[in-house]
Amino acid sequence: MRKLLSLTLTGLAATPALAGEMTVTVEIPRLDVAEYHRPYLAAWIEQNDQAIANLTVRYDVKMRDNEGTKWLKDMRQWWRRSGRDQTFPMDGVSGPTLPVGEHKLSFDTAKGPLAGLKPGAYALVVEAAREVGGRELLRIPFEWPAKAGFAQSVKGESELGTIALAIKP
Amino acid sequence: MKSLLARTGIAIALIAGMALPAAAHRTWMLPSATVLSGQDPWITVDAAVSNDLFYFEHVPLRLDGLQVLAPDGSEGKAENQATGKYRSTFDVHLDKPGTYKVAMASGGLMAFWEEGGQRKRWRGTAEAFAKEVPANAEKLQVTENFRRMEFFATAGKPTDAVLKPTGKGLEMVPVTHPNDLFAGENATFQFVLDGKPAPDLEVSVIPGGIRYRNDLGEMKLKTDKDGKVTVKWPTPGMYWMEAELEDNKTSVKQAAKRRASYNTTLEVLAQ
Repeated sequence: MRKLLSLTLTGLAATPALAGEMTVTVEIPRLDVAEYHRPYLAAWIEQNDQAIANLTVRYDVKMRDNEGTKWLKDMRQWWRRSGRDQTFPMDGVSGPTLPVGEHKLSFDTAKGPLAGLKPGAYALVVEAAREVGGRELLRIPFEWPAKAGFAQSVKGESELGTIALAIKP
Repeated sequence: MKSLLARTGIAIALIAGMALPAAAHRTWMLPSATVLSGQDPWITVDAAVSNDLFYFEHVPLRLDGLQVLAPDGSEGKAENQATGKYRSTFDVHLDKPGTYKVAMASGGLMAFWEEGGQRKRWRGTAEAFAKEVPANAEKLQVTENFRRMEFFATAGKPTDAVLKPTGKGLEMVPVTHPNDLFAGENATFQFVLDGKPAPDLEVSVIPGGIRYRNDLGEMKLKTDKDGKVTVKWPTPGMYWMEAELEDNKTSVKQAAKRRASYNTTLEVLAQ
């Protein structure tokens, strides 16, 4: 009897009406270069030149002695807004670099740093820096709370393909 | 008579030549980077006396009095020091998180006089002056000089401890952190003389890379009543910021003039 009750309660908590979702789609472009390295990448929510929430930070986590952190500063806007205040790895945020292709990253807007997001104007910022390559930064502004079915995308020119933001409030 | 005048003339020329070699050339330190991430980063630094920024074409800067101040106030090390034909180099291990200050500063009195037809030269502090320079020295000429050259580098999160002035000579107290500079943005710096704000001071800011353009690109600024200047960075790159002044507030009455100079190398990143 008890087991059934707890299952029902769990079922209730998972209804979409209570938990929103923010989906960030990142396209790592295929580049025709002799020496290719997957880019370092950071995606964060920004307001008035302040990083409000880190969504993901991708770097070479496999290097010995955390040596991959040496090039985090090449994501120079992310570094000054947030990176330099962090210790690495960043729990629940950092991970290995992404391969070429499209990657959908989903974030529960009722949990973590997105949970306390106050109403206002924000921007999703995505910055990529590639070894022996270039660096690119893209922004998608959005309002919070977001209108139902909000979807916006921008296309990079060099180090990033299409970056899309979709918010299901 | 003529020879005495000539000798005095030489003495004056010597003073002029030794007091401000920077008047003829620029002296600078150029760090390989000022914004660092990673476990325990290193930087390498070039130090030279040259006209150009930041190219070596004259003489190396001697590394006497080179000081590395770590974020916690302790003394760091300038390692692998070497002096070559046009530049000196050294490495700094930023093994503590925070902002480092690397500086060469010197200051004090210089005196010339004649003793039994011999030209005498002396360097030292105001305290030593009374003891070591004869009270009735012939043809006594005394000058007072302060020189400071420095730069800042940060491993990880910027800190403030090393930004405090020592209170001696001409110094720069950053209002905008010197390792948080970006093209298109404003940065404010305060100049202090013996720890007090230096108003109406002329400050010169020159971007590096002079060789590859026509215009010097010098920004001439003046400090306000609080000793502050605001620079708007036109482009990313390394910049040389310099100020010098002359007054008569000497620490011994035999010195008629006091000269103080300051320069720093600042890195401005792209947006």
